[in-house]
Amino acid sequence: MSEVTHIHEHAVGVSHEAHHEGHHHADHGSFLSKYVFSQDHKIIAKQFLITGIFWAVIGGFFSVVFRLQIGFPDAKFPWLETLLGEWAKGGQLQPEAYYALVTIHGTVLVFFVLTAGLSGTFSNFLIPLQIGARDMASPFLNMLSYWFFFAAGIIMLSSLFVQTGPFSGGWTAYPPLSALGDASPGSKIGMDMWMISMALFIVSSLLGGLNYIATILNMRTKGMSMTRLPLTIWAFFFTAVLGVLSFPVLLSGVILLIFDRHFGTSFYLSDIFINGQALPNEGGSAILYQHLFWFLGHPEVYIILLPAMGMVSEILSVNSRKPIFGYMAMVGSMFAIAILAFLVWAHHMFVTGLNPFLGAFFVLLTLLIAVPSAIKVFNWLTTLWKGNIRFTPAMLFAIGFVSLFISGGLTGIFLGNSALDIQLHDTYFVIAHFHIVMGVASMFGMMAGIYHWYPKMFGRYLNNGLGYIHFWITMIGAYVIFWPMHYEGLAGMPRRYYKYDIWESFKQFGTLNQIISIAAIIVFLAQFLFLANFFYSIWKGRKVTSKNPWGANTLEWTTPINPGHGNWDGEIPEAHRWAYDYGKDGQEFISQTTPVGDNESKH
Amino acid sequence: MAQAAVNTKWWGGGKSPFNVEYGKLMMWYFLMSDAFTFGAFLISYGTVRMSSASWPDPNHVFNAVPFFSGVHMPLVFVSFMTFVLIVSSVTMVLAVNEGHKGNKQGVIKYLFWTIVFGLIFLGSQAWEWTHLYHEGAWWGHNPFPNADGTVATTNFTNFFFTITGFHGFHVFSGVVINLIALLMTQNGVFERRGHYLMIEKVGLYWHFVDLVWVFVFLFFYLV
Ligand code: HEM
Ligand SMILES: [Cu+2]
Repeated sequence: MSEVTHIHEHAVGVSHEAHHEGHHHADHGSFLSKYVFSQDHKIIAKQFLITGIFWAVIGGFFSVVFRLQIGFPDAKFPWLETLLGEWAKGGQLQPEAYYALVTIHGTVLVFFVLTAGLSGTFSNFLIPLQIGARDMASPFLNMLSYWFFFAAGIIMLSSLFVQTGPFSGGWTAYPPLSALGDASPGSKIGMDMWMISMALFIVSSLLGGLNYIATILNMRTKGMSMTRLPLTIWAFFFTAVLGVLSFPVLLSGVILLIFDRHFGTSFYLSDIFINGQALPNEGGSAILYQHLFWFLGHPEVYIILLPAMGMVSEILSVNSRKPIFGYMAMVGSMFAIAILAFLVWAHHMFVTGLNPFLGAFFVLLTLLIAVPSAIKVFNWLTTLWKGNIRFTPAMLFAIGFVSLFISGGLTGIFLGNSALDIQLHDTYFVIAHFHIVMGVASMFGMMAGIYHWYPKMFGRYLNNGLGYIHFWITMIGAYVIFWPMHYEGLAGMPRRYYKYDIWESFKQFGTLNQIISIAAIIVFLAQFLFLANFFYSIWKGRKVTSKNPWGANTLEWTTPINPGHGNWDGEIPEAHRWAYDYGKDGQEFISQTTPVGDNESKH
Repeated sequence: MAQAAVNTKWWGGGKSPFNVEYGKLMMWYFLMSDAFTFGAFLISYGTVRMSSASWPDPNHVFNAVPFFSGVHMPLVFVSFMTFVLIVSSVTMVLAVNEGHKGNKQGVIKYLFWTIVFGLIFLGSQAWEWTHLYHEGAWWGHNPFPNADGTVATTNFTNFFFTITGFHGFHVFSGVVINLIALLMTQNGVFERRGHYLMIEKVGLYWHFVDLVWVFVFLFFYLV
C-alpha cells in the first residue's frame, strides 16, 4: 500500500514536495471512507461515471418508450402497463406521460449524463494525473461536488414517483408551463422537484468547476507549463470556466421562476388565460426566461462537447502515433469557442419574438463558430492523415466522434440563419442537429475516453471484441436514427408532439418513424453489451501488465498500474516536453518525463 | 517581487502562476460566478424596467426614516445603510492588514467591528422591509403608482424584494462567515497555521458583497 499525502491548505508558492509533510497515513480506511466518502479524485471520478451510467440507462430507456409511441402510435404494449402502470393505461403510453418522459430524458441526458457523467468523470480522473498532482486542490470540496450531484439525482428520481408525475414541459422548462401549477399535472410538485434538483446540480457543478480551475492553474508539476498541457486538460479548463460563469445565470432564472410559482410575482407572466380564467399577472415577459435559460443553455452544449473534443484529440494522436496537428490552433479554437459560446444564445430564440434586427447580430456571431469548429476538424483529419493508425475501440469511437461532429455541425449552419430557422425551428431538423453534434458525438467522446482510460481506472482491459460490436452497432444505428429526421424536419414535422398520424402531410413518415424507433431500440440494447463488458471487466477483465499499455506520453502512464491515493509512489515526475512527441527522431513515443536530448530536433 | 519575476517562469509549472494559494484562486472564480448571478438579476430588472412605459419614483417610495414618522426624507435612510456597509469594508481592510502583521488582537478587534456593522446593515434592511410591508408592498403587491400617475405593475416590488433579499442573504452569510473566522482567530487556529490567509479570503467575499450593494443602491434607489 502506498503512503498517502493529505493535501492541506498550504501557503503561497508551495511546491509539491511540501505535500510530503503533513500527516502521513496508510491507505487502509474503512470501506466507507475508501469507496463512499472518498476524497481521492480517482474514486470520485468512478462515482461520477457509475452514477452517470445509471442515469444514461434511465434516460435511454425513456427514449425507447416514447419512440415506441412515435413509431407505433396505435399499437398496444401490455408489458408497458406492467412496467409503468398508470402511465401506460391499456398498454398505450398516455400523452401526459409521453411529455414527462421526453422532458426527463432531455434533462437527465444533458445534465446528469453528459455534464456530470462526462466532465465529472474525466476532469476528476485526468486533471491530477495528467498535470502531475497528487489530487485536486481541494479534495473535500471535490467530494462535496459528487454528493450534491447525488442528491440532485435522488430528487429527480423521486419526482418520477409523485402522484402528478414529473415535470413535463420540456428540458428547457419555459414558462408559463413551468410557472403555473395549473397548466399541467407535471407543472405541480414535479416541477418544484425539478427546480430543487437543478439547484443542487448547479452547486455541484460550481464546486467541481472551481476545483478544476484552481487545480489546473496552481498544481501543475514542475515543467508542466500551460503549453505543455495535453489538450484534454485545456478542454477541461475551458469547460470549467464556461460552467462557472454560465450556471449562475440559470440559477437566477430558476430563482425568479420559484417566485412566480409560489410568491405571486409575475416576472415571466403576463396576460394569461388558464381554463378560461384570466390570471391577474401582468407586466412579466416569458422571453426574459428564455434569455436567462439560453445564456446558460448555449454554453452548456459546449460544456458537454469540449471534454469530448479534448479526449478525442488525445486519443487520435496516441493511436495515430503522430503528434496532434496544430496544437496551438487547437487551444486557440477552443478559446474562441469558449468566448463565442457566451455570445450566441439568442439563436435559440429567432422565432420567439426576438427583434429581427438583433437577430442579425446573433446570426453573424453564430456562424462565426463555424470557423474554430472547422479548424478543429481539419486538425483532427490531418492528425489521422498518413498516421500509423491502431484501430482500438477507443480510436474507433474517436473517429466516430469526428464524423458525427462534421455531420451535425453542418446542419448548425442551416439553423444559424434566422431566415431558414423560421422553417426549421422546433422541427425534427433541430432534433437531428443537436443529437448528432452534441448528444451522440459527446457520448462517443465519452465512450472513447472510457475504452482508452479503463486500464488506468481499473487496472484491467475491456474486452476488445465486444468493443468493436458495440461501436459498429452504435455508429450505424446513430445515423439510421438521426439522419432521416432531417427530412422530416425539412418537411415541417414539429418536435414534441404525441402523435403525427393525424396530419395528412406527415402520414408519409409513418414507416420512417417505425424504422427510426426500431433502430433506437437496437442501439439501446447494444449498450448492454458495453455495460456487461464494463462491469465484468472490473473484476474479471484481462489484467494490465505494463504501466504504459498504449505507448502514450502523458503523465498518467507513469503512475503505478493501480495508483493509490497520491498517485505516484515517490516524487512527482517533472515534465520536460509537450505531450505529443510521437514518431520523433525515429522514436515511437517520448514520454513527457524524458528530458530533451542534446541533439534532438526541434518541434 | 520584480526580482523573482525575472528569475522564475510563473507559468512553467511547480508553482502558482498568480502567486496565490488555491483557496484564494477559487474565491476569485467564485466571485466571478456570483457576479454573473447578480448580473443576471440586475439586467433582468433593467430590461423589464426599460420596456415599461413608466415606473415608480424611488424618491416617493424610499422616504421614511425610523423615529421620524411622517417626515419626508427621501433616500436618507438608505444612504445611512450604504455608509454603514462602506465603513464595514474599511474595518475589513484593517482586519486583513492586522492579519498580515500577525497581530491576533488586531484581527479580532476589526473583525468584531465588521460584524457589528454588518448586523446594523441587516437590521436596517429588516426595518425598511417591515416599513414597506406595512405600506402594502410585498412580492406580488405594489401600492406605489408610476411616476406618471398611472397604476404600476407589481414588477417594481417583485424585483426590489427579490434582489435586495438575495443581497441581504449574501450579507447574512458574510456575517456568519466572519463570525466563524472570528472564533477561529480567537482560538488561535490561524496563529498556529502561521498565516491569516483565511481572513483575506473572507475579506474578498465581504468586499464583493459591498460592491454589489453599490449597484443595487444605484439601480433601485438612485435612478
Ligand atoms: C457550427 C456550429 C453550430 C451552429 C451554427 C448551431 C446553430 C444552432 C441553432 C441556430 C439552433 C437553434 C435551432 C432552433 O431551435 O430552431 C441550434 C440548436 C441546438 N444546438 Fe446547435 N449549432 C452549432 C453547433 C452545435 C454544437 C457543437 C452543439 C453541441 C455540442 C449544439 C447543440 C445544440 C442544441 C442542444 C440545440 C437545441 C436545443 C433545444 O432546442 O432543445 N449545436 N443550433
Ligand atoms: Cu446554441
